[in-house]
Amino acid sequence: MAEVRARTSVSIAIAGSGGAGVMTAGNMLLEAAAKAGWYGLMVRSSGPQIRGGEAAALMRIGTHPIDGLDDRFDILLAIDWQNINRFADELPLDGGSLVVGDPDQGEAPEVYVKSPARQAKVSMKATAKSIPGSWPNMVALGTAAGLIGLPKTEVAKVVEQSLRKRADTLKASLEAVDAGYAAAAEIGADYALAAPGSAPSARWLVSGNQAAGYGAIRGGVRFCAAYPITPATEMLEYLAPALADVGGVLVQAEDELASANMIIGASFGGLPSITATAGPGLALMTEAIGLAVASEVPIVVVDVMRGGPSTGIPAKSEQSDLSMAVYGLHGDAPRIVVAPNSIADCVVTTQWAVHLAEALQSPALVLSDQYFGQTRAVVDRPADVTFVGSRLTAQANTEGYRRYALTESGVSPMAIPGTAGVAYTADGLEHNERGTPSSQSNDHAKQLAKRERKLVGHDYGGQWADIEGDGDIAVLTFGSSTCAVREAIERARRDGLNAKLVSVRLLAPAQPARLKAALEGVSKVLVVEQNFGGQFHKYLRAEYDIDADVRSFRRPGPLPIRPDEVHRELTQWSRA
Amino acid sequence: MSTAPAQAVTWTPQDYKSDYKPIWCPGCGDYSVLSSVTKAFAALQLKPEDTVVVSGIGCSSRIPAYTSCYGFHGVHGRSLVAGTGLKIARPELTVVVAGGDGDGYSIGGNHFLHACRRNVDITYIVMDNHVYGMTKGQPSPTTEPDWVSKLSPGGTGVRTFHPLVIALAAGANFVARAFAGDPNGTAEMIAEAIRTPGFSFIEILSPCVTFRPEQREWKKVVHPASVQWTDDPARAARRVMTDDGFNVGVLYKGIRPPYQPPVGKARKRVADLEKEFAI
Amino acid sequence: MSPAKKKARRAPVTKKVVRKPATATRKVAPKRTPLKVVSTPAAASPASPIGSIDALMAYAFALEAEASERYSEFADAMETHNNREVAELFRKLARIENLHAEHILEEMGWSTAPPPPSSGWRWQGLEGPETAEHTDLHYLMQPYHALQIALHNERRAEAFFADLVKKAPSGKVRDAAKEMVAEETEHVRLVEEWLKRTPKPDSDWAVDLDPPRWAD
Repeated sequence: MAEVRARTSVSIAIAGSGGAGVMTAGNMLLEAAAKAGWYGLMVRSSGPQIRGGEAAALMRIGTHPIDGLDDRFDILLAIDWQNINRFADELPLDGGSLVVGDPDQGEAPEVYVKSPARQAKVSMKATAKSIPGSWPNMVALGTAAGLIGLPKTEVAKVVEQSLRKRADTLKASLEAVDAGYAAAAEIGADYALAAPGSAPSARWLVSGNQAAGYGAIRGGVRFCAAYPITPATEMLEYLAPALADVGGVLVQAEDELASANMIIGASFGGLPSITATAGPGLALMTEAIGLAVASEVPIVVVDVMRGGPSTGIPAKSEQSDLSMAVYGLHGDAPRIVVAPNSIADCVVTTQWAVHLAEALQSPALVLSDQYFGQTRAVVDRPADVTFVGSRLTAQANTEGYRRYALTESGVSPMAIPGTAGVAYTADGLEHNERGTPSSQSNDHAKQLAKRERKLVGHDYGGQWADIEGDGDIAVLTFGSSTCAVREAIERARRDGLNAKLVSVRLLAPAQPARLKAALEGVSKVLVVEQNFGGQFHKYLRAEYDIDADVRSFRRPGPLPIRPDEVHRELTQWSRA
Repeated sequence: MSTAPAQAVTWTPQDYKSDYKPIWCPGCGDYSVLSSVTKAFAALQLKPEDTVVVSGIGCSSRIPAYTSCYGFHGVHGRSLVAGTGLKIARPELTVVVAGGDGDGYSIGGNHFLHACRRNVDITYIVMDNHVYGMTKGQPSPTTEPDWVSKLSPGGTGVRTFHPLVIALAAGANFVARAFAGDPNGTAEMIAEAIRTPGFSFIEILSPCVTFRPEQREWKKVVHPASVQWTDDPARAARRVMTDDGFNVGVLYKGIRPPYQPPVGKARKRVADLEKEFAI
Repeated sequence: MSPAKKKARRAPVTKKVVRKPATATRKVAPKRTPLKVVSTPAAASPASPIGSIDALMAYAFALEAEASERYSEFADAMETHNNREVAELFRKLARIENLHAEHILEEMGWSTAPPPPSSGWRWQGLEGPETAEHTDLHYLMQPYHALQIALHNERRAEAFFADLVKKAPSGKVRDAAKEMVAEETEHVRLVEEWLKRTPKPDSDWAVDLDPPRWAD
């Protein structure tokens, strides 16, 4: 960090407990940064308490789009210190860091005091007390904003917007923010960000859960059955009013068995349908997903992955449902599995999943995760894509209609209830082309082949993966690990090491020919994923022949994979 | 030259039968239920393409494919939720869910409770023969506690489930008991259930002649209810808890409006939704 | 008997439970949900089961022990939710109640706790005569609120023994009950004084700018 140049990103954590309002302060800081033309994101971390627990808003703000957290934090600003030591693992500090505490809240926990970070004090509680109607978190907001050089006018706009209905409180809050700015000036540390790039394009402030919900609607989804589960609930909560707005409907189900079967029923009726869940819910849905495979009913299931197995670590991210997603159905049951690789991509990939499910009359699983789902980020508005759900349907009174006809593509016209003369019974029992139950080897073999053919034979286009850069060494990854990998490759490039990124968006069906082409000329492949067992690595070994040295770099949640870890791995291996 | 009868009908009961022949054991009550279903559909002149029969797994759950309507033969215990999703998505369709006692009261028990309380406008027919037939004779929730089988050598020792009382307690809007051996009475009851808005539940005593041959004698013990249906669930519950279990008729009819969120009426364009994200 | 401790007068008990909209930064004046004071008609008349000094003191012991236990639970809850100040106060109340309970054992020469009362364990509500209700807690409550809870409970205990005085079957039991009333009256006084020294909560004590969090 010897280099003297304007910062292009700065990482700040605001922590506190028991109603300190850190999330509110964090959200306001992020919104103000967005208004100032910067990018950024905010990850929420908290104790298990619903109310009054310790919490930290982990933020990174930058001049360019930010996909993930940095390796370390520049600023830790604690409104109080109660139980804040629990975040030590998530808040790496170094000699360039600054720890700000409130003198009225006692000493910082040892873990922070002992860090090489500079320590500073700001009287947040006492200051707020001296300005009736204000709160310590508004002082914290001003302090953080001052430290990173965020124009006060932008912060004021956000505060005014939030408190526009309460003139008394608004005035007090603005005063508290001012006091925070003054305190920041007194600290005299320089964490100022470089000015934002000129004329930023249209940008959004959105979470991955909202983005996935919106993408689903853009793809044509008009029905959702919902059973609450962390960390997928916000996607369902987004969809409830949004679907109603566009003439769709969300129904709360009694369990995940119900939600999965409800969307199958609705989609059998012709409405593109979705549900969202996490690992435990996906486990319950597997029987129904198999039914959607066999009866060829399009559905989309979003799995916002969290730490597993079992109840695991509900509010923390992990990419450990991959094996279940690609393999976890009984019988030979081909299905589509896709994974967004950024928060903005949650829109496009979920939309694509709806398109694929509808086009291929198949279940499509979307592997998002807690990091994407619950992180709010400033992103460039995702480009419009033409993926819209469109189902091949049967015409009324088609002579000799066969629902499961053995077509060349494997996709056969689906009759929608209400269409005369083509009524049929959809069945989870193996069946012949008409849909009549059959245990004949011939029918079984043909229907198995049909269901596989329609997925394997489909042309998924360039959307199957993001392939960036070039080099002798490639990093193969998927989902949210892509964020750290992208940044690591960028850092390596600055050091003069070129590496290629292959972030696989289409996990199933496997695309061996495409991957082979993507890895042409590559001699080393580093596989990066966030789970303990190397599920992606094993899947690659099972489904692909990779003609290169392959290394697995993996770590389970709850800590994110940091760019620096991947960068070091890349550098060391390239020198070996 | 023939002339049409004065009361011309478009659809006869036969029109609702498919050319796929049932695999049920000869003598099985489910044949009669199929016949009652087709008669009820004809009585209501339902268009086959606007009618969907949804089921789970079990002997009786084979019924959708035996009709000429749209059918959905899903997985064990989940017929009610598949039917619920379908009806909410396509409210103009007539949705009839059918199955057996194991499917509906055991593996699907939770959905039964919630379908009753949700009160979506569907009709649920349970062909109850107090046994798992398709897996060759194991006790179901309605099997008597002393009934001996390979899986329950000394009887289950577990008291039976009372579907009608549970349906009342959970909020079903129409509750009836029928007997497969009375296909015309059952047909009338099914038609009435379909006509009645909200969740309608008909428990049909449907003998299993293979694993419960003694049920052939049911026809000697069933009898019509001596009183009319009531709109008071407490009275209905008292009546059905104290009867002999062979009282056939409509027990309860309520006036609870069905659950049907609006669908198909957009207030915004899709692109308008992203305004809330814009900075 | 033991001196210092809590006290109370007829607890007016203003407990405020504030439900805030989940929106960020909206400040809402705390709404008051009237505390539900359940007057239990079935509050078993303690007259009949308490026919001896031993029985009376077993009641007194149970009452203090349960009060102590409950305050400990409250302290734990406050600690878990990072309300350290109130946690410490409840811890103190628990210690005081525990001293009272131990004092009873000592006075009676009992080496172990007497069996708990088998019936009638309700007084002016659904809880025991000096036991606070869980629903009285709020994660942002202040010491003032905690002392109001204590005051309320001391007054209930005082009334409980006063009722026993009226119903006592013998002079000996009546005298002992009177002694207990005096004890509790003293506790009430002490808590009242304590409350006077304690600042009243700010009007926005229950405001939390952050929405509730998700867990599992």
